[in-house]
Amino acid sequence: MAESQAPAAPAKAEPNHGVRIFSIWIVLALAADLLIWFVWKPHLPPGDMSSSARHQQFDIAVMALAAAPVMLFVWIYFGYALVNWRHRQGDDDDGPAIFGHTGIQAAFIGGTSVIVLALFVFGTVELIAPAGAGAGEGANPVWKPSGNNLLQVQVIGQQWQFTYRYPQFGGMETTVLVLPVNRPVAFHVTSLDVIHSFWAYQLGVKADANPMVDNVAYTTPEQLGGFTVRCSELCGIWHGAMFNSGRVVTPTAFQVWARANQAAEAKSGLLRSLPPYALAYDPTVVPQLGKVLVKLGITGAAGYYYPPQDPVQP
Amino acid sequence: MSLPARIVTLLVAFAAVVAGAVFIVVHYLGSALPVVNYTPEASGGAVNVVLQEAPVNSVTPRPDWVSYFVQDPKTHAWVHTTLFQVPENTRVNMTILGYDGCTPLRNNYFSKIQGTVGNRVTVQQFKTLSQPVGPTRVYSLIDSWANCSVAHTFAIPSLHVFVPVASPVTALFNSSACGTAPCTNSPHSMEKFSFYTPKTSGTFRWQCFIPCGGGFLDGNGGPMQTIGYMMGNMEVSG
Repeated sequence: MAESQAPAAPAKAEPNHGVRIFSIWIVLALAADLLIWFVWKPHLPPGDMSSSARHQQFDIAVMALAAAPVMLFVWIYFGYALVNWRHRQGDDDDGPAIFGHTGIQAAFIGGTSVIVLALFVFGTVELIAPAGAGAGEGANPVWKPSGNNLLQVQVIGQQWQFTYRYPQFGGMETTVLVLPVNRPVAFHVTSLDVIHSFWAYQLGVKADANPMVDNVAYTTPEQLGGFTVRCSELCGIWHGAMFNSGRVVTPTAFQVWARANQAAEAKSGLLRSLPPYALAYDPTVVPQLGKVLVKLGITGAAGYYYPPQDPVQP
Repeated sequence: MSLPARIVTLLVAFAAVVAGAVFIVVHYLGSALPVVNYTPEASGGAVNVVLQEAPVNSVTPRPDWVSYFVQDPKTHAWVHTTLFQVPENTRVNMTILGYDGCTPLRNNYFSKIQGTVGNRVTVQQFKTLSQPVGPTRVYSLIDSWANCSVAHTFAIPSLHVFVPVASPVTALFNSSACGTAPCTNSPHSMEKFSFYTPKTSGTFRWQCFIPCGGGFLDGNGGPMQTIGYMMGNMEVSG
C-alpha cells in the first residue's frame, strides 16, 4: 500500500528585524526630538529670563535631545521583542544560539562613548561660555562676562532675610532686588551668620552665602518682569520662609529707582550708619561689641560667634 | 522565667510604653503656645496690640531666655507667647514695652524703620511705670551701632515691616533692670507705631534680627530659634 506524504510547506521567510526596528526607532526618535525642541524646551526650567537661565534651558534641552533616542531605542527593542519573539503555543524549540556580534558590540560601545564624551565636552563648555553659568565661582572668578559696565550687587544673607547693597550707588541697601535689563550683573554673595544660598530662580543664579566669603556669580537679565529669590541651604527654623522677590526693569527705571533710594537713605542717615562697603563682613565684630557691653553691664543679651569653649569649632 | 513572671514583665513593659505616649501627648502637644486673639477687640478699622520684651523668662518651666510677651486684651495679663491674631485689612496700633538692654544689630540696615505708617515710631522712656523720662521722640532711624539704643527688633519680613525697638535709658537700666518676667515697674521704653494687615488672611512670621541668643553659637540659637521667645506668628483672620 502506497503511502502518500504531503510536501512540507515552505518555511516562512524571516523578516529583517533590524531594518524594522531601525525604521520604527528613527521615526519616533525624530518625532520625540522635534517635540522636545519645539514644544517642551520653551517650558523647561528655569526659563529664559537671563543669559544664564537661557543657557541652562538650552543645556537641559540638548541633554533631552541626546537622551530621548537612546531611551526610545531601549523601549522599542523591548516592545518589539515582546511582540515578535515571545513564546508561542506549541513552540517548544530553543531559540537560535547567540555567538555575539562584533559589529553590534562595537557600534554600542562606540555610540555610547561618543554620546557621553560629547556631553562631557558640551557640559564643560557650557559651564565656561556663559560666564560661569550663573553659579557661584568663589572669590576669584575665572569666567567673567565681557564688557566693563558690570552692575555690582552684594547679596547679604542672614537669618532669615536677604538684603542687597549697591556699591555703585553709595553702598545703599534694600530688601528688594532690582536689576536693569540687558546689563551684566556681578552678584557678590556673603552671609552675616550661618551658611545660606542665594537662588534667584528665574535668573538661573545660585551661589552659596558663607560668612566671611565673597562668592561671585554673574548673569545678564534679558527680559523685564519679576523673579523670586529663595534660600536653598537649610539655615534654621525659618529657612522655608526665607524668600523675597525682585524685578528686572528698564535701565532708565533702574537709574531712577537706585538714585531715589540712595538719596532717601542718605537723607534718613541710614547710609552713614551702614558699615563701609566691603566684599565680606566679619560677623564677630558686632557680637564682640556685644560681649564688651555685657562686661560693662549695659545689656542683657549678647550673641557671639564660635566661642572658644564651644566644642564645634569650624 | 515562669509564666506569671513573663506576663507581669509584659504588662509592665506595655504600661511603660503607654505612659510614655501619654507623657509625650500631655507634655509636648498639650503645652502648645496660646494664641492671643485681638480680632474681637478691633473697632473702627484698627486694633491695639501690646507686646513686651523681657530680659528673662521666669514665668514658666521653659528656658529662661530673653523673650517677648503678648498682653491679653481682655485681662491685660501678660501671656508668654509670640502668637497673636488680628483681623485682615486693619490698622494695627502696636505698642512695645522694651525692658531689655541694648545689643547691636548684626546688620545695621535694620536700624531704619520701614513699613510702618509714615515709616516712623514714637519712643517714650520710663523710669517706672508711671514715671516718664524726657519727652516723647519720633524716629525714622534708631542707630543701634552709634548709641547702643536698640534692644531687639520687631520685623514681619513678608510685609516689609522692620522696626528696631529702643532699649531703656542705659543708666536707668543698669541701676534697676527687670529681673523677673513679666516686667512691670522697671525702667523701660515704650515704642509705638502702626502698620496695616493685608487684605487677605494668612500667617505672617515675625522675628527679632538682633543676635540676642546669648551663649549660643552666632547668638542666633536658643530664643532666636524658638517660637514663643524672639519669633512668632501673626495670624491674620478674615
